[in-house]
Amino acid sequence: MKKFIHDFHIIENKDLNPGHFVLTLKPEVNLPPIFPGQFAEVRIDGSTGTFLRRPLSFHDVDYDANTITLLVQRKGDGTNRLAVMKPGDTINMVYPLGNSFHIGSSGERALLVGGGCGVAPLLYLGKILAKNGIRVTTLMGARSEEYIMEPERYKGHGELLLTTEDGKAGTKGYVIHHEVWRERNFSFDRVYTCGPDPMMKAVARLAVRHQVPCEVSLEQTMACGVGACLCCVIETNEGNKCTCTDGPVFDPNDLKNWLE
Amino acid sequence: MKPSLEVNIHNLVLKNPVMTASGTFGYGPEFEDFFDPSVLGGIFVKGTTGKLRQGNPYPRMAETPMGMLNAVGLQNKGVDGFISDIYPKIKHYGTHLIVNVSGSTVEEYIEVAEKINALEHIPAIELNISCPNVKEGGMAFGTSCPSAAAVTRAVREVYHKTMIVKLSPNVTNIAEIAQVVEGAGADAVSVVNTLLGMAINAETRRPVLSTVTGGLSGPAIKPVALRMVWQTAKAVKIPVIGLGGIMTATDAIEFLLAGATAVQVGTANFIDPTVCPKIIAGIESYMIRHETEDIKSLINGLITV
Ligand SMILES: Cc1cc2nc3c(=O)[nH]c(=O)nc-3n(C[C@H](O)[C@H](O)[C@H](O)COP(=O)(O)OP(=O)(O)OC[C@H]3O[C@@H](n4cnc5c(N)ncnc54)[C@H](O)[C@@H]3O)c2cc1C
Ligand SMILES: Cc1cc2nc3c(=O)[nH]c(=O)nc-3n(C[C@H](O)[C@H](O)[C@H](O)COP(=O)(O)O)c2cc1C
Ligand code: FES
Repeated sequence: MKKFIHDFHIIENKDLNPGHFVLTLKPEVNLPPIFPGQFAEVRIDGSTGTFLRRPLSFHDVDYDANTITLLVQRKGDGTNRLAVMKPGDTINMVYPLGNSFHIGSSGERALLVGGGCGVAPLLYLGKILAKNGIRVTTLMGARSEEYIMEPERYKGHGELLLTTEDGKAGTKGYVIHHEVWRERNFSFDRVYTCGPDPMMKAVARLAVRHQVPCEVSLEQTMACGVGACLCCVIETNEGNKCTCTDGPVFDPNDLKNWLE
Repeated sequence: MKPSLEVNIHNLVLKNPVMTASGTFGYGPEFEDFFDPSVLGGIFVKGTTGKLRQGNPYPRMAETPMGMLNAVGLQNKGVDGFISDIYPKIKHYGTHLIVNVSGSTVEEYIEVAEKINALEHIPAIELNISCPNVKEGGMAFGTSCPSAAAVTRAVREVYHKTMIVKLSPNVTNIAEIAQVVEGAGADAVSVVNTLLGMAINAETRRPVLSTVTGGLSGPAIKPVALRMVWQTAKAVKIPVIGLGGIMTATDAIEFLLAGATAVQVGTANFIDPTVCPKIIAGIESYMIRHETEDIKSLINGLITV
């Protein structure tokens, strides 16, 4: 897949809650093909505390409007700088990077499990799966009601299930506590997950128990994003692999100590 | 008139003085989408050891003010893996390919150098006696005069093309080490490798890197690197290749003025994968602006009076 370096103009910067915002961006050229699960290395100008680019997943890609969106969680200097950028400002990105989620065949049922900001790549994934005739269920785990992000957009291409820690919306607890995992309810052919490592490990174990294939999307710290620095490695059964080029999407069966 | 950017490192004629630093440019294919590698003066490929190495455990990277620490620890396929899997893909790049030879023992350096010597399209090696991220060997060779001389002399006996030795900045007197490796047969020196550093996460009260310490690179080290290039260039007759924190054409020119014959660009490739062609173009426009026809007149051009 050919990689590009382009300037994007901000069309919109929308706060979803105190911790998250969505950026809509438009390049000066036509977007190249981008697949669900891929990410961009975003240069953050005007933040003295940010030297390296920041990896962010494609949250959505709209070829008709020639725009992409990023769902970003405020973490440190870099993401807080992005949070205050305005329409018209320019962001430089190296993209599209990494591998992508496997798209199954028409008629299958897929369960997409996202915790917190981990839902970011699952919106675009759900849209593409649905386009390919796959029935999509998104299971979103949020801290509280306020942190359920853009529910309508997920409902646009399938079913949306929720968990919150206080139980005010959806099932009480974490994503792994949702009743969808019960034997008699579980009718999926494939599971995809993105979120904190402990959550993904627990989800991967549930997928194994239900004997369906699973894909996880990792967030190792990165410097280059293109396979040159070897900083972003994850231990696999075949030795260290780069999350930025061999991943970010992996089969948890291939990852060392992931299913124990 | 188009200025001449050509420089010589021993037997090598470089079309321009801009090369990529070992460990920061992969083997080249990683950047093929961004520009044609043949525009470069040369490519220093990833540190290559006798056997395949997995490197250090994750986390291996910590961002620092205007720089980064790495503790990759020479993860590579080993010299045989390089020859079978990588060399065939890059040997026709149209630029100088230089293998960064690393090891834990003198025997390992010799083994790698001998095998690389047999490769037609590799005109030079860079002996890495300055890696701060491995338990044995690496920087230990580059921080004392007798061991730096011993490994340089041993490899000189088996390696018959251009031999560059990459020096460690983690020494009190870099000029002294440079003189010793010059005496032991080095054809050029690269100055500098990363500075030994450390990062702590105050919240968790733990080190950020799995190895606790790591190598600092990027603009944060530029003033130190520039000073060391200047000191080394005054002390030896062989060419000095300057590196450490170069992000722009101006940075590169500063290294030339301090006495470097050529430069390497490292961490900057992560921030802008197209930085090298920009630096080459920027050097050219500096020369036009300063009416400099031959880049060689910039080398050692620092005015101190
Ligand atoms: C493939 C991939 C996709 C990602 N997708 C998204 C996304 O869609 N939305 C989103 O909000 N976040 C995403 N992240 C995480 C995001 O990159 C980090 O939250 C961000 O880099 C933090 O930067 P900061 O300057 O705000 O915080 P900092 O103060 O720099 O760091 C806060 C924490 O963020 C993490 N982090 C810092 N630098 C990096 C780095 N270079 N690479 C990876 N993690 C880092 C570290 O765990 C660190 O402790 C993704 C990460 C990866 C690797
Ligand atoms: C991720 C990373 C990996 C590196 N690997 C090597 C290596 O294998 N061999 C080597 O001699 N130097 C290695 N270096 C050091 C660089 O080649 C260079 O000396 C150093 O980064 C300073 O230059 P810079 O500030 O332009 O990056 C590495 C540096 C980084 C950041
Ligand atoms: S981030 Fe550099 S190799 Fe993955």
